[in-house]
Amino acid sequence: MTAIVDYGVGNLFSLKSSMEAIGEEIVVTSDEKVLRTADRIILPGVGAFEDAIKKLKDTGLDQVVIDEAKSGKPLMGICLGMQMLLEKSFEYGEHQGLGLIRGEVRSIGEVIPKDLKIPHIGWNGLHLKGEKHPIFKYINEGEHVYFVHSYYGANCTESTIATAEYGAELTAAVAHKNVCGCQFHPEKSGDVGLRILRAFCEMGVADIC
Amino acid sequence: MITKRIIPCLDVRNGRVVKGVNFEGISDVSSPVELAKYYSENGADELVFYDITASFEERALFTDILKEVARTIFIPLTVGGGINELSDFDRVLKCGADKVSVNSGAIRNPNLIYEAAKRYGDQCVVISADVKRVDGVFRVFSKGGRENTGMEAVEWIKRCVDMGAGEVVLNSIDTDGVKKGFDLEMLDAVCNAVSVPVIASGGAGGIKDFITLFKEVPKVDAGLAASIFHFGEVEISDLKRELKENGIDMRI
Repeated sequence: MTAIVDYGVGNLFSLKSSMEAIGEEIVVTSDEKVLRTADRIILPGVGAFEDAIKKLKDTGLDQVVIDEAKSGKPLMGICLGMQMLLEKSFEYGEHQGLGLIRGEVRSIGEVIPKDLKIPHIGWNGLHLKGEKHPIFKYINEGEHVYFVHSYYGANCTESTIATAEYGAELTAAVAHKNVCGCQFHPEKSGDVGLRILRAFCEMGVADIC
Repeated sequence: MITKRIIPCLDVRNGRVVKGVNFEGISDVSSPVELAKYYSENGADELVFYDITASFEERALFTDILKEVARTIFIPLTVGGGINELSDFDRVLKCGADKVSVNSGAIRNPNLIYEAAKRYGDQCVVISADVKRVDGVFRVFSKGGRENTGMEAVEWIKRCVDMGAGEVVLNSIDTDGVKKGFDLEMLDAVCNAVSVPVIASGGAGGIKDFITLFKEVPKVDAGLAASIFHFGEVEISDLKRELKENGIDMRI
């Protein structure tokens, strides 16, 4: 069973539906016990970093997510959920993240040419980095996924498993041991996204490098 | 780089897609769910659902259908039609829409854009404008293109973007239904005025019109059409393949 962390941020309808579409048992929950007994956890997120991390901390679920991740349970952050896995964010100030993956969140405006639009929104090709990560088991180099974001994971080269080209090489996905994160939205990336979610659900202890 | 997008638009009334459609392999050609699935499997990068119902009861039916579509299709969904207040944003977003397109509702109350962008984020708010030349000036029309608001279109669209609209759908009334190509002059004027994505709508008659669109107005982000897709005159997969062969970046 996969648990989606519900901490009052964003709409989880599509994410839940996409997990159902791949035949995965899915629970959207803010219940600590359910998160602790789940086989794997998805941390979603949309909106502003400060607001989201505050809401997560207010529910006390930040510590549950950290504990479970440290116990070796597969965890996937999506979009802002991925950014929250990093150490800190510079979105409107400086805010502490969960620190499960080394790196920080910065504005894409710092690295992309001025004439490119912000947010980076639309379909972009994935460039897989290093040894193919288990979540990309069913993915080929260059396949397109759907992005909507104005901030990105910076200084996380050693954990970057995919990038997307948008005037600069932007972090598209990160992973460290059993923790991974996608900047793009697998639940909005058509068949490609469903294949990534399926691979995440099949990720076992043996896959964790 | 991000690809250009091809977007079919489905007008829905009373739970059915309006305008006759004729596809092989679809048993129910006016079922929004079946059509959405067909388009999604054949390369559509996004879908726009336009609610043209009038009554409260029909609106509830529309949201049920939207939910069913969102349960079936995993590409971005934009919903327009009957969006007049924040609660309308809430209603369709809860059903799985990713973006909400506002037209007459914003003309009546421009502050709606600001309020919606603040609550749901800029990327969620799409300003859709119906524009027509009147004495050589681009004017914004409301009520489905029937009423001249007197507002200059580029100024209006800029104002909407300043208030938080994250995307623009530009429908040219002059080229709509003529099938002789998109309104390149109007699109160029808008693309040069705003820094958010612009979606071209109105005038597509065939594949060559999309090639011309993306070649002549490289800043435009997407092409939207309804009837040429619904009537099977243009298959999205063929369209995207030809665009790619012409050097335009596409998700194939």
